This record gives sequence, C-alpha cells and structure tokens, in this order.
Amino acid sequence: MKVLKTQPKSITTEGTKYCPGCGHGIVLRLIGEIVDELGLREKMILTAPVGCAVVLYDYITCDVIECPHGRAPAIGTALKRVHPDKFILIYQGDGDLAAIGAAEIIHAANRGENMSVLFVNNAIYGMTGGQMAPTTLIGQKTTTSPTGRCVKGMGKPIRVCELLSSLEETKYLERTSVHSARNINKTKAAIRKAFVNQINGIGFSLVEILSMCPVGWRLSPRDSQSFIEEQMTDYFPLGVYKDTD
Amino acid sequence: MATENKKVLMKGNEAVGEAAIRAGCQCYFAYPITPQTETPEYLSRRMEEENLVFLQAESEVAAINMVFGAAAAGVRVMTSSSSPGMSLKQEGISYIACAEMPCVIINVVRGGPGLGNIEASQADYFQSTRGGGHGDYRCIVLAPNSVQESYDMTVQAFDLADYYRMPVFIQSDGIIGQLVEPFVMGPYTPMFDELPPKEWALTGCAGREPNVIRTLFLNPPDGLEKQNVRLYEKYDRIEAEQQWYEDYNCDGAEVVIIAYGCASRIARSAIKTHNGNGSKVGMFRPKTLWPWPKKRLIEIAENNPKVKFLVIEMSMGQMIEDVYISLMDIVPKSRIAFYGIGGGWHPTPDSVYEKIQEVLAE
Repeated sequence: MKVLKTQPKSITTEGTKYCPGCGHGIVLRLIGEIVDELGLREKMILTAPVGCAVVLYDYITCDVIECPHGRAPAIGTALKRVHPDKFILIYQGDGDLAAIGAAEIIHAANRGENMSVLFVNNAIYGMTGGQMAPTTLIGQKTTTSPTGRCVKGMGKPIRVCELLSSLEETKYLERTSVHSARNINKTKAAIRKAFVNQINGIGFSLVEILSMCPVGWRLSPRDSQSFIEEQMTDYFPLGVYKDTD
Repeated sequence: MATENKKVLMKGNEAVGEAAIRAGCQCYFAYPITPQTETPEYLSRRMEEENLVFLQAESEVAAINMVFGAAAAGVRVMTSSSSPGMSLKQEGISYIACAEMPCVIINVVRGGPGLGNIEASQADYFQSTRGGGHGDYRCIVLAPNSVQESYDMTVQAFDLADYYRMPVFIQSDGIIGQLVEPFVMGPYTPMFDELPPKEWALTGCAGREPNVIRTLFLNPPDGLEKQNVRLYEKYDRIEAEQQWYEDYNCDGAEVVIIAYGCASRIARSAIKTHNGNGSKVGMFRPKTLWPWPKKRLIEIAENNPKVKFLVIEMSMGQMIEDVYISLMDIVPKSRIAFYGIGGGWHPTPDSVYEKIQEVLAE
C-alpha cells in the first residue's frame, strides 16, 4: 500500500471547531500543505483574525498573534518591518477585511507591504451567527437583512480584488474558490504563488477565497457548494486580477 | 548623535523623540495631530538617520496596532498622539495591556471633549489612569512638567514597559510639548539591573515551541478571570514599587497645592510670590498619575493635621478624585479645595495666588 497524502506536519491533530461543510478547514489544510512543502513553519508569523478562524493557533503550530478585528494588516506591517526575513501570513474574513478593517487592508496594499494575505470570503458574519457582510449578495437573507440585501440603503457587495487592483503597489491578486476539487487545486496554486511571492520579495499578494458557510447561509453543505457555483461566482468572478510577477 | 551629557535647546515634543532613540526604540508609528506633530516630524528624519523604522500610519487605530505588532515582534516601540487621537488608540491599548506587550505611548493632551481645541489641557486624566479602553487593566502614566523631564521620563518609560511588560504613557500637554527649553541630553542609564528576556516574542518558532500572543480567554474561571487576577497582582506590585512624586515646602505648610505637569509650574510661580508674603504654602506634585503616589500624600496629611489642600488642574476636576480617595479616612472634603480650568486653558500665577488667598481666608 502506498501513502498518497498525510496530514500536514504543521497542522495539529486535534481537529478544528469549524462547522460541517465550512470552507475554512479546507483553506487550513491547503496552508498546512504549502507551509510543509516550502519549509515555512519555523520562519513564519501568522495573524489570527476575529471571526471563525480566531483560534488558528490551535490548528497551526507556528508563532501566531491574535489581532483585533480588522487590524491584522497593520500588525502584519509592523511584524514584517521588524522581521523582514520572516514569512508573514495574514488571514482574514470578509467582515474583518472588507468592513471594519477596510482602511488597514487598503493602506497595507497601497504601501506594497511584502506580505501574503488570505481573504476568506463567505459573504456573511459566521461567528456572530449570520449577519450581513460587506460581501453579502443582493437578495441574500441574513439575520440583519431578513428580507434580503437590497442595493438601496445597503449598497452592493464589495469586490475586494477589483478594488485593490487599482492600487499600483499590489503585485498579485487572485480570486479562487474551495467549493469543488478542481477549484481547491486552483486555490492551492494561488496560495502557493502568494507565499512564494513574499519569499522572493515581490510584494503585496492577496488571494480572495470564496468559501462555504452552510450554517450562516441556512443551506446544506451540498447546497452551499452550489450557491458558490451558481450565485457567488456570478458576482465575484474567479480569476487573476493582478499579476506583475 | 554623541552620547555624552550635552545641554541642548529643544521642544518637548522633539525631546521625547530623541529620548526614544537613546532608549533603543526600534520602531515608531504615528499619525499627525496638533499639538504633537513635532514628534513624528522629528522622528521621520532621525529614525531614518539611525536606520530605524518610521511609519506614518493611515490612522491612530492602525498606528497603535502597528505598535502591538512591533512589540509582539520583540522590539522597543513608541507612538505619540494628542487627545482625540488617543481616543482612537484605546481599542489597541486594551489589547496591548491584555497581551502584556511593552510599549511607550505619548499623549500631548489638548482640550476636549470632541475636537475640543488645540490648547494645553489635563482633561485626559481619567482616560489615562482609568483604562480608557474596555476591560480591567491599568497603564503606568508618567507626567513630566518640563522638557528635561519629558526626555528623562521617556527614556525611563521604555525600561518600565519592558520590566513590567505593559504600556507606559507619557502624559504631556500642549504647553510642555511646545515649550522650548534647555535640557541635558543624558545617555541611556538603565533603571533596572536586569530586564526580563523577551522569550514570548514572535520570531518564528525555530528550535522552540510556537509562541502565541492572544487576548481571547474563553472558559472562565480558568481563562480570563485567571489572566485578570494575574494582571492585578502585577498592578499591586507596581503600586508598591513606583509611586513617583515631588514635594516642596510641605512640612508645616498651611496650604498644600496638589498639581501635576504644566499646572504645577504655574502653581510654583504663585507659591514663590506667596511665601515671600509670609504665609506658608507647599506643593505636592505627582510624577506618576498611575500609580497615584498616595503614600506620601497621606504622610503629608498625617504630619500636618490642620493643613488645607488645594487641587489645581487644567480640567473640570479629574485628579481630585484620587485625592479624595487617598485622603478619605483622614481629611474631610471641606479641607480639600479645587481650582480647575477646563476647555484647554490654563491658570495664571495671579489666579492661583488669588485662590490660595481664598483658601487661607476660609
């Protein structure tokens, strides 16, 4: 018998607290694989966000700082300025990055900080129980948009890759998804590229990952995958938005 | 710059910048706001000369989080601001206090609330000494009343921050910050024989277990309660070890003025005139606003049972609460008078003199 895959060494064996069907666990697995492949575990400092991934330090065995909501890009900026030789990984959700931390991500990107940002976009506030996020789709029902998000008064969902692509110091921006095996593989390649960019001193790289939140969306895990395939990718087209490598 | 004792002429806001460099500050993050902008201006040039990190942040919120990051990375770090900017920093300060990260924060206080004005004020006393941000925490607060002290205290603040693993404030004001005075730029003299090694710093986990810097402690009472009890044991130790003050002419005084920072200098001028006129007026000046130096104040009150106190503040009355609390068992409130000016204005030696007369006549 041949072992094809094992659990990444940088990932703990206790399991996660993520809900069934959640995409965070997939992203975690991909991070672990790439960290192992590139030998980054002992060189990296990870920022844990406020949100469902807040206890990332229980899942990844590396140095971690748990950040105030939205502030990871500012904290990461300082970490990188102090330790330019270390690998700084910023992990944020959509409320974290695109609402309360909008200023921090825009200015870190604009300064061209040599960091890798993983932006997990599940179009909802998961940890607080399913409220409207800046990336919630038009018509999508949440606990704070019970009749569905409408453009009037709530605005349209923010497309982060498109928004950041106008900043000339961003070097690599790609939107991927983890709703299918094919897309998971593409996501892994994108994350890997964002990591390698930092190692090579290329500059600011961000991968926006569309991710399932079955509990927050009130959908089954399978229907959540379909929701991404049929609705999210329609408004948030997958693809490379910037690559100046 | 040379490290020998050198007398120089500088603004208070510039002196704190140079002090930071002398103390080994590696990173400085800030956002412009009057009346503290000379500090970022000065450090933008000096940090570059010394090959250190200077970054003008996009906001006070970002600046204090950069401080959090740099402190977590294990280096000496500072930020500075003035009152409205300090309000914005409070979120980060609460996290930094909880995570026990050492850093130095300069507040050049101006009039408030709101946008207030840009004149000198002492109306941030509550904010600095009572927390300011959410949760159970304290910060050491040093209150200079000259450019010399602004320099000296900033250097000491870095040692205190590292020794106790916590944020340390320099509570200056629009006058002390803008004042140009000669002062001796001494070399860095460590306050402590030894500082605890920063074994908790985030440096990549090569050859050791991963370090995690966190402020989330679920599962009380094993989590947050335990952490808070530990913090308060530390705060108790600091209260025992670091009560800084200056007293002047207090023995046998009829009136003892209690004032800090800029107000204490104005009071000192009034006292000079007064003591020339026969009555005896002294002054007790807290140099640490937290911990409040109550031990010495109680001593003064006990040694001098008939003494009247006059609290002078450039606010509507904030430090006076600490005076009441310190003296509540030994001095009735009727023997504690207050003279305060709010709205970013200051008393004059003449107005303090008149107030002393009133207190003496009561």
